[in-house]
Amino acid sequence: MASKTIYLQRDPMLKRDGFEDILEERRNSSDLKYALRCYAPVLYKGVTPCKANMLKNIVLQSDQLHYVINQVSQESGEAPDIIQEEASVILEEMAHRLQISTVRFFAFALSKAFKTLFQHVCVNEEGIQRLQQTIQEHPVVLLPSHRSYMDFLLMSYILYTYDLALPVIAAGMDFMGMKFVGEMLRMSGAFFIRRSFGGDKLYWAVFSEYVKTMLRNGFAPIEFFLEGTRSRTCKSLTPKLGLLNIIMEPFFKGEVFDVNLVPVSISYERILEESLYARELLGVPKPKESTSGLLKARRILSEDYGSIHVYFGQPVSVRSLAQGKVNRSKYNLFPRHIPRKPMEETQSFVNDTAYRIVRLQEDNMVLKPWVLMASLLLQNLEGLELSVLTEQTLWLRGLALSYAAFLDWPDHAPTAKVVSSSLALHRGLACVSGGRISLVVGEPMGPVTPEEALFNRAVSVLSCASYRNQVLHVFLRPAMLAVAMHTAASSKKDEVYNCFSFLRNMFSNEFIFCPGDTVQDFEEACYLLVKTGAVQMLQHKIEMTERGQPTLSFFNGLLEPFLQGYQVVCRYLCEEASEGLTEKQYIPAVRSFAVKLILAGNLRCYEVLSSDMQKNALAALLRMDAVRKVKVADQVTLKVNKMAVNSIDDTLGGKLPTQKAVLARL
Amino acid sequence: MASNSNSSESQRIAQQRLRIIAGHLQKHKDGDSGIIATECKAEANKGTVPRKRQEIMKWNGWGYGDSKFLFNNKGQAEFTGKRYRLSGMILPSLQDWFENTFGASVKHKSPATPALNASAVPLPSLNEAFVEDLKATGIPFSHEAEDRVFRAHGHCLHEIFALRQGKKFERVPDMVVWPITQPGDQCEWTWELGLARAPYCHNDVVKLVELACKHNVCLIPYGGGTSVTSALECPPEETRCIVSLDTSQMNRILWIDEKNLVAHVEAGIIGQDLERLLNESGYCTGHEPDSMEFSSLGGWVATRASGMKKNVYGNIEDLVIHIKVVTPRGVMEKSCQGPRMSTGPDIHHFILGSEGTLGVVTEVTMKIRPIPEYQKYGSVVFPNFEAGVSCLREVAKQRCAPASIRLMDNEQFQFGHALKPQVSSIFTNFVEGLKKFYITKFKGFDPHQLVVATLLFEGDRERVLQHEKQVYDIAAKFGGLAAGEDNGQRGYILTFVIAYLRDLGMDYYVVAESFETSAPWDRVLDLCRNVKERINRECKERGVQFQPLTSCRVTQTYDAGACVYFYFAFNYRGLADPVHTYEQVEHAAREEILANGGSLSHHHGVGKLRKEWMKESISNVGVGMLKSVKDYVDPDNIFGNRNLL
Repeated sequence: MASKTIYLQRDPMLKRDGFEDILEERRNSSDLKYALRCYAPVLYKGVTPCKANMLKNIVLQSDQLHYVINQVSQESGEAPDIIQEEASVILEEMAHRLQISTVRFFAFALSKAFKTLFQHVCVNEEGIQRLQQTIQEHPVVLLPSHRSYMDFLLMSYILYTYDLALPVIAAGMDFMGMKFVGEMLRMSGAFFIRRSFGGDKLYWAVFSEYVKTMLRNGFAPIEFFLEGTRSRTCKSLTPKLGLLNIIMEPFFKGEVFDVNLVPVSISYERILEESLYARELLGVPKPKESTSGLLKARRILSEDYGSIHVYFGQPVSVRSLAQGKVNRSKYNLFPRHIPRKPMEETQSFVNDTAYRIVRLQEDNMVLKPWVLMASLLLQNLEGLELSVLTEQTLWLRGLALSYAAFLDWPDHAPTAKVVSSSLALHRGLACVSGGRISLVVGEPMGPVTPEEALFNRAVSVLSCASYRNQVLHVFLRPAMLAVAMHTAASSKKDEVYNCFSFLRNMFSNEFIFCPGDTVQDFEEACYLLVKTGAVQMLQHKIEMTERGQPTLSFFNGLLEPFLQGYQVVCRYLCEEASEGLTEKQYIPAVRSFAVKLILAGNLRCYEVLSSDMQKNALAALLRMDAVRKVKVADQVTLKVNKMAVNSIDDTLGGKLPTQKAVLARL
Repeated sequence: MASNSNSSESQRIAQQRLRIIAGHLQKHKDGDSGIIATECKAEANKGTVPRKRQEIMKWNGWGYGDSKFLFNNKGQAEFTGKRYRLSGMILPSLQDWFENTFGASVKHKSPATPALNASAVPLPSLNEAFVEDLKATGIPFSHEAEDRVFRAHGHCLHEIFALRQGKKFERVPDMVVWPITQPGDQCEWTWELGLARAPYCHNDVVKLVELACKHNVCLIPYGGGTSVTSALECPPEETRCIVSLDTSQMNRILWIDEKNLVAHVEAGIIGQDLERLLNESGYCTGHEPDSMEFSSLGGWVATRASGMKKNVYGNIEDLVIHIKVVTPRGVMEKSCQGPRMSTGPDIHHFILGSEGTLGVVTEVTMKIRPIPEYQKYGSVVFPNFEAGVSCLREVAKQRCAPASIRLMDNEQFQFGHALKPQVSSIFTNFVEGLKKFYITKFKGFDPHQLVVATLLFEGDRERVLQHEKQVYDIAAKFGGLAAGEDNGQRGYILTFVIAYLRDLGMDYYVVAESFETSAPWDRVLDLCRNVKERINRECKERGVQFQPLTSCRVTQTYDAGACVYFYFAFNYRGLADPVHTYEQVEHAAREEILANGGSLSHHHGVGKLRKEWMKESISNVGVGMLKSVKDYVDPDNIFGNRNLL
């Protein structure tokens, strides 16, 4: 269909747009004038913008909602009026109240804040132009990556700057807890949804109809985070499908001609929440969003957070994606206003699309030299010579570039300078002393228990890992091939493939793999490793070349923490887990198991302390049926198939050929 | 034949037709005499269509040879001939509209090949034994190139385009036969139900089908030739002798039964003749498909036709009481004329929509009604298409639809304006201007959004006026403003001349086609919007250099949905293969229709054009059922036009 949309074919030589720094103008002209300037964005097919109240009325009067209200009324015995009133309350709690004055306030305040926090806020203007075009033609859904609270304010700020229609943003209800700020956000276009409302039919109906009404009428672009929540690890999270399902339905039902999805990649050179995230992953609960908390965060304002890159990707047409995958005429035999579970075909399409969009987000993430350095540092926790680091960073740069990484490497600067300025920005994480560079470990006050020391070190490692994680998507497939070659019993291609496929399956909660793309991923990995001369393909065989050693060993090291982490989880489940282990106990239990191992000197991998990795490992084991959830009373306990877990452990450790692991599972 | 040798006769016919179309109907003078004796004395086969159709009709375009649009040397559009209301008139705004809409220019002509090149027509491959036996029956036949080519096509764009280009034909019928009442046939009198005559044409058809079976010859029934589904195209892979069975001379009303209000008619009769002859007796069928000037009763049955005034009279399936059809297995008909039966699945429905694959419909008994006392046109302007559709939906809900109610979108509204003839007086001009001012300025309608619904009321005067009020009241609730009788009437005249306009377009690098569907009410708006958008995009992507015209109208209302008609045209300058491009776009548009809950066809049928979607449309089992009927009725595929399945 539309020629401007892309078909998501991965092109190793991606052509990307250049960036403009939008702060530059802010530094040279009045913020007040900017905040008060004439703002007249173009809208979808020239619709007149809809007042928030009118929107609510459309929703409350929709057939869709009426149907559910009657249904709920029949089930509960309450009068429809009362249910209708309930719906209206839900909507009131949910709906945005976009006001240009609030937007202008934010435009002013954020200009000030951004200028102190960041060196640059860079945007690809071609992407903005594409977006402007798209907004006029189709309902648009903006799908930014989510790494920071900053994300959605930043998005609105940018759209305001470029005189584009301001999005309405799906935000978690927790924001609303922040009294004044919650309302401010609401008036800048946020609408609030409860984090879970599984069984509440009415809530779901109000919510989905609200979103669909905005989409169908094209009043404003809709924005939400596919990942559902901020990624604490800077790895993309597996996408959540609920909202994506909702926004695609109007297309399937023919209510709109098309919906365009615009992946947006927001990359921070330094994340505001950096050490906060690490602590959270280590089990310090996340502070409840509160205004005072935000004010405390003001301390942050005195630091330098480098630059932000925001890349608006090619709009993806749902219509062209769905071509041949979803038969829309299947919607012909059921009234469109009656809510229905999506068909299997649709579900798998939505799932597929979600992964592809996240992959597109990843592709356009801008990487700074520091992420390469962090990757190297993490493989040398005991520290390494600055000159070695510089040399290896340069080498890794070459590798990354040949794998089409979107690397923002300063032009015409000597590598040493690049390295030192990166270190300067991240001096909280790494420092040089005596020509050696090593991780900074926070100096706690007073006497330190071994656990506390370990905890401090873990914070540094996890913070550092969050930078390494940013580059993982570039190296992931070849790195998995490297690991597969290392663990496979022989260099036979199909054995390596089996191993690769096992790893891919094992880690598919950890990393983003498009469902069903195993063969493509394998081929891409082979292609890339051959291209950089690390391996050669013989007939039926994959072999390392002589000069491939550094690359492959770097890749093995890159994935080592994950392999080890999963193995620790397996070992815990086999050796330590008690019969009645509940889901709630699982994370603290694994953590203390790992702490014990580290303190005993039997484990050097700190990343296993991350609750993120522990959750992902459990999800994988559940998916592979090695662990089952059993509901006992109101507790969910984990039932471990020790044989299966054991064989997974062995396979990960290369002790068991992949084939057998598969058998053992059966 | 009568109609072209006798000019006063043909003039009379034309005037009659205009009378129908314009709706100036008068009460028949003869009153209602029980037996129409004049019928019997009348010569047989006095129908409009002669055996040599090309004598009065275009061989490579729509309709009568003497009627066509052209831009005269002053650059003004005019419509030639004398047959229609618009005939002989100057249409001052058409050129501007044409040039602006399509980016075309009257300076860039793409003229058609003037005459049929006989060498482009394959030689007939005759089945000699069949021809011998045929001669013995005395049934007239021809294997002249012109006769055969005329029956090798319908009116799809690609068919007409190929004729105009003078392309070589791949496969045309090898001969044409005309079942006809033989000279010397005599009237037979029976006194049971008025006057009846022996159904000789039917006997001819029986003989023909027997011979075809005996000699394994392929028969393709040909009625009015107005198909737009490639249904008349000869399958190129057919190696047997193909005989086109032209029913045009089977055109008599055999009897009229006023007690039961039914008429028994030979199925080759064309719509205008049927209406004219019935009018002479004070009756009408009320079945008025847009093609009624040329399409035949048998064709209506074979395609499940729908008439403009179906709200009062019903569609063809509601109108037929009895069908006689000759199949390779023999003649199929019911034994009585009961108005409804519970005797298993209705066998009429095997024939209705069979598209010539099972046999030839020879005679039909259909309902007739007294000519309505009063007819009134009307129109309503709505601020936008949504409002118009909502109004039509409400009218359908209240079951008060006039005989016809149609909603034209803005594009068609403007098109209709472009077809206004020259205004004679300054006063009319002034009044028109005033009206326009009132609607656009005073009422605030956007001239690029507003749409118009055209209405036709029928019945006795009082009830028509009452009905009219009811409909206008509903319209007012949806922001509709009554816009006068003239606008309404013009809408209906457009129906008959629009096919002529396509020929004009093709003279200037513009190709055009229409297609239709039916959809549930709640889908209508989405379907219209999405299909238009799809067409626009597909055109762009396929390199069409100019913005296409996509327009739609809601032409019929039902309890549960509506019939939607699309027009689609574009300027093809710069395209290597415009027909192919056109076909790709239409294909995409049909997919879009199906994806949006529309049907494969409301009344055009499937033919060969839409066969690929049959399984999807009626399920594998459904297709299997139809196949098994075909296998039983016609195991040797004598009726081998390969439509439908």
